Amino acid sequence: MDQLTWTGSAGTVLVPVFEIALLVLALALLAKLLFVLAGLDGPRLPGPDGSVAVRSPGLYASVAIRYGFLAALGATLLTLAAGAVMPSPLEAGILGSMAVRFWPVWLSLAATFVLSIRFRRHLGLYGKLFDSTVGMIGFAIVMFWVFTAIFADVIITQDPFIQLSGLKNKVPGIAAPESPYGWYLLGGDHLARDVFSRMVMGAREVLKIAPAATLFAFMVGITLGLPAGYFGGKLDTFISFLANLVLAFPVILLFYLLVTPEIRDTGIPIVLAALLFVFPIVFLCTLWNSRYYTNPPQRNLYVGLTLLIGLWAYSGLAFNLDPLGVWSMEPNMLNVFVSVVFVNSPGVFRIVRGLVMDIKARDYVAAGQTRGEGPWYIMLWEILPNARGPLIVDFCLRIGYTTILLGTLGFFGLGVSPDSPDWGSTIDDGRKLLNLFPHPALAPALALMSLVLGLNLLADGLREESLKD
Amino acid sequence: MGLFVLRRLGVMLLTAIALTFVVFYLTNLQPNLEKLARTEGSVRMTEEAVQDWIVQNGHSGSVFMRYGQWLGVVPGWTYTDEKGQMRGRCFEIGQDPAAAPNYCGLLQGNWGYSTFFKTPVMDSLGEKLAATGWLMLAVMLVMVPTSLLLGVLSGMREGSATDRTLSTFSIASTATPEYVSGVVLVALFATAATGLSPILAEYGLIEPKKTLFLASATSAMDDITFWNFALPVMTIALYGIGYIARMTRASMTEVMTQQYIRTARLKGVPFRTVVMRHALRNALIAPFTVIMLQFPWLLNGVVIVESLFNYKGFGWTLVQAASNNDIPLLLACSVVAVVVVLLTQLISDIGYVFLNPRIRLA
Repeated sequence: MDQLTWTGSAGTVLVPVFEIALLVLALALLAKLLFVLAGLDGPRLPGPDGSVAVRSPGLYASVAIRYGFLAALGATLLTLAAGAVMPSPLEAGILGSMAVRFWPVWLSLAATFVLSIRFRRHLGLYGKLFDSTVGMIGFAIVMFWVFTAIFADVIITQDPFIQLSGLKNKVPGIAAPESPYGWYLLGGDHLARDVFSRMVMGAREVLKIAPAATLFAFMVGITLGLPAGYFGGKLDTFISFLANLVLAFPVILLFYLLVTPEIRDTGIPIVLAALLFVFPIVFLCTLWNSRYYTNPPQRNLYVGLTLLIGLWAYSGLAFNLDPLGVWSMEPNMLNVFVSVVFVNSPGVFRIVRGLVMDIKARDYVAAGQTRGEGPWYIMLWEILPNARGPLIVDFCLRIGYTTILLGTLGFFGLGVSPDSPDWGSTIDDGRKLLNLFPHPALAPALALMSLVLGLNLLADGLREESLKD
Repeated sequence: MGLFVLRRLGVMLLTAIALTFVVFYLTNLQPNLEKLARTEGSVRMTEEAVQDWIVQNGHSGSVFMRYGQWLGVVPGWTYTDEKGQMRGRCFEIGQDPAAAPNYCGLLQGNWGYSTFFKTPVMDSLGEKLAATGWLMLAVMLVMVPTSLLLGVLSGMREGSATDRTLSTFSIASTATPEYVSGVVLVALFATAATGLSPILAEYGLIEPKKTLFLASATSAMDDITFWNFALPVMTIALYGIGYIARMTRASMTEVMTQQYIRTARLKGVPFRTVVMRHALRNALIAPFTVIMLQFPWLLNGVVIVESLFNYKGFGWTLVQAASNNDIPLLLACSVVAVVVVLLTQLISDIGYVFLNPRIRLA
């Protein structure tokens, strides 16, 4: 079997197109920047005699940027699509073959977008997202990785832990006769494992922790931020001091102190977990109690159910004492999870506190107080729903930040098992031979960057749409 | 104003004490001490020998007392062994205990002895900090002007094509943590395998097997050149540029909608003059705070970049101290980090009040 080329047979036509488009794009961007700096940009400039309006040079640069970008994008998409019709990976090239491997992701993405755009008028803020191009692009990237994580078992070309002899640090597209697929699409890493499969599996590792950790951080931040902002006074001063304390720590130092094998022996992660995991239960119980306390049977049902499920999960997750064995977390994972929640919650606290202080001066809060509603009802059912816009935006941004933090942990080899395929530790593995064999580190690096970029774009789109209300 | 600064200083001192105590507590946990005993004594020590070593070297007793000793507000420990020989925190074995000072902690200028570098902490940390200082300076020189320019350009005409392009760039740059941009930059510019270097070598613009930039900044410790310093500086700066640019853009768009800008435009003042004279001065107040608050973030970037490019500065030292269980050095590193973070917060608060005359403090 031969080695694969990047673009396969479609590349003979499309690569020159792509290169020319990229050149045009770069030149146009440079020209545009120069025109802007020189003041030659603007919708219409007065002509030399001051009477006739002519098109500004900046406008032409913008047109060139648009078409250059579209041509480059078109060439890339065609290369990817060509893979689907080619008979074998040899003609499809690396890019085409990768596109084919991701087929469940493309199908799910198409289904999600068709359904969402069809029913977007009935879907609230989520539906409005599809009015903003930036938001849609961000959402597409994020969902790409979410579906990749879900279908990772189908996408990978071989087990991400298997090492095949002779494929150590080999370039992308190398033939791997012992592998069931026949090729290493993105080459081999320093232990001769398949970089492509590890990158795909890494998505699952990252997306298993990041959203959940962010959700927990939000529960902690909201439960503490609401009373701090609403009541103010000594309580606020105290919690704010604690939050600033955590925020003043350089994150990496904190990770080095909190995520070590030694610290697991002292039980500090379990204490932290016991402390932090209580907040979701407290939050939900208060939520139901403040809403339904005029209707005791219903209240008892909701609070009872929350307590039952919550304490069951709590015993399993924090202390690993679940009698039924459904909820459990490896000590490694617990340590990482708790540290990430701990680092993130003060930021959430500050945002919630600021929002509450702003909103509590509104008339509807005063009306609620006059009706004799309790402080927790006002906080949870009057203020919190009205603060949801900025909180949802921050949630997206924060998942991205958590992903970066998890990558940092992996990069320093903290708290993950040595052969874990998560992106941070794969980058760490690859960086030792970076200037000889950059490809093993490059694949997870670009994957991580695209996921965070998608989340940031999604947050930007959401912010734009929620401001339109 | 004086009272405000005093109150801030008080809170700052309290924060510093609390933070250093937390670090002290976490670095002096029992497993860490046992590990230290095994590295300092011998690997095959018995469980009792380890406990004895901990007691004999002043690591036993209440953590508050040990923290006080380290800080220099509690007299240093002494221990007399069965031969009647005394050892203690403030003197070497064999020195006269009576002549030694009672207190010897941080406040007396005694930062301890690094168990990994085998030198006093002060000496090794000093030169490492100087190295990081150069890196920070270069980053600031690149990052601040670039990000302000990008922010002002995109904020000056909100919603224009320039604005959208530059905003997308800013978002992309905030989405690229240092360990990603470092890897990408090295792959693009500093390997003979991929990126630009082989292409340039083919055209004969650079020597074959040479690269455009150097992937290791170790040589920059002695002699900083563009060749060995550009990539680490760009890596740190890229992550910060997007964030500062976004903040500047927000502040600029807000200023551009103000009444006095419209008045100036209607008077017939050219757009460029309005931006340069009227808008910039007010638009740059908020980014000042943001830039000052970037220092803690820079500290993170420094740690990652120094490990990635093997530049032996503060961040590299922190990683070495943490991974080799060098307790005095790690404590010193965290003191430096905490002081840098708190000082920049203070400067940004005070600076904001000075720059913005609309804020008056009692």
